[in-house]
Amino acid sequence: MKTDRCKGMRDLLPEDMIKFRRVEEVFRRCSSRWGYDEVRTPTLEYLHLFTAVGTLTPGMLGRVYSFLDWDGWSGERVVLRPEGTIPAARLYAENLTGVKACRLSYVGNIFTFEETGKESREQWQCGVELIGPSQPSADAELVTLAGEVLNELDLGQPEVRLSHAGLIKALIGELDLDATEQTHIFDQVLEGNIKALGEIDTGNAELKKAISFLLEVKGNSSGFMQNIKALLGDNITRFEPSLNDLTQIAEYLDAVQCPYQIDVASGRGFEYYTGAMFQFHIDGKRVGGGGRYDDLISLVGGPHVPASGFALFVDPIIDLLKIENPVAPRVLVQTEDSSAECLKSCLGMAHSLRGAGYEAALDHGETEPGDYRWVVTVLGGDRFRLVDQSTGKERELKSAAEVRKTLKGAG
Amino acid sequence: MKLALPKGRLLNDTAAMLDRAGAGIEGYDGKSRSYHLECARFPQLRSRVFQERDIPIQVAIGNYDLGICGLDWVKELLSKYPSGDLMTVRSLGYGRCDLYAVVSSQTGVSSVDEIDEGFDRVRIVSEYPNLAESFALKQRFKRFSVLPIVGGGEVYPPESADLAITTESDGSFADNGLVPVARILTSRACLIANRNGLARADLSELLACLQPIETGEESDAPLSAARKVTAKEVADEKGAIRLALPDGHLSQTAAEFFKRADIELRGYTGKAATRRPEISLPDVTVKVIRPQDMPLQVANGNFDLAITGEDWLQDHLCRFPSSPAMEIVKLGFGAVRVVAVVSGDSKVSDVGSLQDMVRQGLLPRIRIASEYVNIADRYAIDNHLERYKIIPTWGASEAFVPDDADLLIENTETGETLARHNLKVIDTILESTACLVGHRDMLSDPDKKDIIERTTGVIKRGLGK
Repeated sequence: MKTDRCKGMRDLLPEDMIKFRRVEEVFRRCSSRWGYDEVRTPTLEYLHLFTAVGTLTPGMLGRVYSFLDWDGWSGERVVLRPEGTIPAARLYAENLTGVKACRLSYVGNIFTFEETGKESREQWQCGVELIGPSQPSADAELVTLAGEVLNELDLGQPEVRLSHAGLIKALIGELDLDATEQTHIFDQVLEGNIKALGEIDTGNAELKKAISFLLEVKGNSSGFMQNIKALLGDNITRFEPSLNDLTQIAEYLDAVQCPYQIDVASGRGFEYYTGAMFQFHIDGKRVGGGGRYDDLISLVGGPHVPASGFALFVDPIIDLLKIENPVAPRVLVQTEDSSAECLKSCLGMAHSLRGAGYEAALDHGETEPGDYRWVVTVLGGDRFRLVDQSTGKERELKSAAEVRKTLKGAG
Repeated sequence: MKLALPKGRLLNDTAAMLDRAGAGIEGYDGKSRSYHLECARFPQLRSRVFQERDIPIQVAIGNYDLGICGLDWVKELLSKYPSGDLMTVRSLGYGRCDLYAVVSSQTGVSSVDEIDEGFDRVRIVSEYPNLAESFALKQRFKRFSVLPIVGGGEVYPPESADLAITTESDGSFADNGLVPVARILTSRACLIANRNGLARADLSELLACLQPIETGEESDAPLSAARKVTAKEVADEKGAIRLALPDGHLSQTAAEFFKRADIELRGYTGKAATRRPEISLPDVTVKVIRPQDMPLQVANGNFDLAITGEDWLQDHLCRFPSSPAMEIVKLGFGAVRVVAVVSGDSKVSDVGSLQDMVRQGLLPRIRIASEYVNIADRYAIDNHLERYKIIPTWGASEAFVPDDADLLIENTETGETLARHNLKVIDTILESTACLVGHRDMLSDPDKKDIIERTTGVIKRGLGK
């Protein structure tokens, strides 16, 4: 009976895992270099962790994997975590509130139902949260760190797009809408439909011009921000704090020569964002995103502590990552003689090679030697044949020590 | 081609619609005891009568190409499983039924926006747990729990739930002092189809017959405010305990049991039956609910004591093994056996031969129909019946085998109904009688301890008489 994997789930095969580990390893190295400590939150959380914050849209909550646990007779559901930041905020609120500038990193999977099953319903993320600092320099730190990880993975030039939740909210606030409509429009914008904002008839031509100007124009220097401020003229008051924020971030990024684009329309993500929002793209693929969420920690029951963070999306990154088929110096140990003595000798040889740091696999009769650079054949007695499959060169040797020495000599 | 037809409230209108279209189905009149019916105009059509709630499931899993049922049950299924093969073809116009979110008038809440404010955790009961969950998410309730029930939603608020999501029948809202705060759905009979069924065969002639009936304009009833509240005040005094009594077929024997125990019940059975009867025991308030729903209610402390079947307690414990709901007294009446049943024509004679057929690949995926979904699931796991799928049913399960299920987990008193449907018992899973259910920690509340002990003692008087 054939049993398929669950619809919408993805297997990671050995070549995928090599890439996966590479992404993890680079992410961990970079984030640890910047002072981030790794944490891991559980896969299951209570649904009310996500409903209590009131900042995930009903559309998103409608796609979470929620169910009753074995002790769920109270009717309260648990969920497979649908995103990484709210659990991290809970972890902080529950365990780490004494830490003033708390730098956390994590690698974890998140689950969102996707109807067709063609997209993966389980996704992996490498994320960091910087809890405590409220300054734009903290946001600049995050953008720079994300850029560093992506650059080190050598995927091609990452594009950084900056937007601002405060700015979008201020724009929405200028429109004549009630609170429900405002939330609805903000949700649409965060789900990628920024046009919804431009389509609203404000009845105020001046304002409409300012909105379309902010949504359409893109720039890549802090000077651009000054131009925007000048062009908005009298309309600036409500936008000023957000524009100043973005200007400062831009100045910091200029200082570390981290390229970016200011693109208000790029704002995407979660309703809990309150400040700067960043998106990372490579070759047109969205490979990460993040933003400032100053109110979230208090919404999950912690103190009012500002914070911001980002997550890099491992799945599209794996697809972009090019790792040449690794020619690991692997050794296959085999014998043509199935006597107990030769088999014992094979085991001894493989053990000795592993002890010297080589990857040594035993051939039980089905292994393809083509997958190995080196093949050691136990010939019986104290005789071994060593073949370098990359050159076809063959040598007969008399001990494990001689095999090791030859391998070492070949590098 | 296969058509699933509704029992119950939609039956008469559906039969009339079919008659008018010249596609009348013989015996589809609510009187016939047969569930499998024939249609003279479409000799190849196989029709079966189901509980309305079963129909979307039967069509979604492909047992039936077409079905007729209320939109409410379609939405209930689709709100949790949007990507299946079930599709709504058209509304048929008749059978309007509104689904409301209702609260008790005693809470003083008059709009749905006030609900989240007043409660730590909004306790919701509903026959529509999936619609209830999406309603709670849409309303952005900060914290809520949904307790699924089989019926009688109107009797829960305010003591046993903050909000009920339910339909109204015969003034049930006013009688129970309920105020609707939101209309969640206006349901009418609708024609549904399985996508693959439509793709596979030409059903056009039958589809052309199943057309909407003109019903004229019906305006929406206004919400809340104007409703007259006639229910008597239900005092939930300190120290009072809540006892749940069963409706349905257990009620008659339960009433006799109480009589034997010299406990007087007013309004429990007979013509003047109400969901809040009066009892001659001090400090005890009574509500009548479905026996299936009781263990979950007791586990949550919404009721202190309940009289239900051991079968339903067991079904609950299969789902929630560490639940605090427990049997306190075995009452002995209402004895049934929960049995595993196959078609009388099947070669299967016992669970061993069923397992052999599974091992030999003769039953690649066993379809197990049951009202006891958790007992059925546990039975399939314990007996290595993989792969299997559980088809939840809401009554009249005996008609599922052999066409719509391979195995049935069903209760039986005498075995007569099973025999009449040519069914064969291959295993007895448990023997059950009515029992008194309580909470593991019920005696730790000093205000209730004495009352619970005294009430239990009085109820025990019915034993052995």
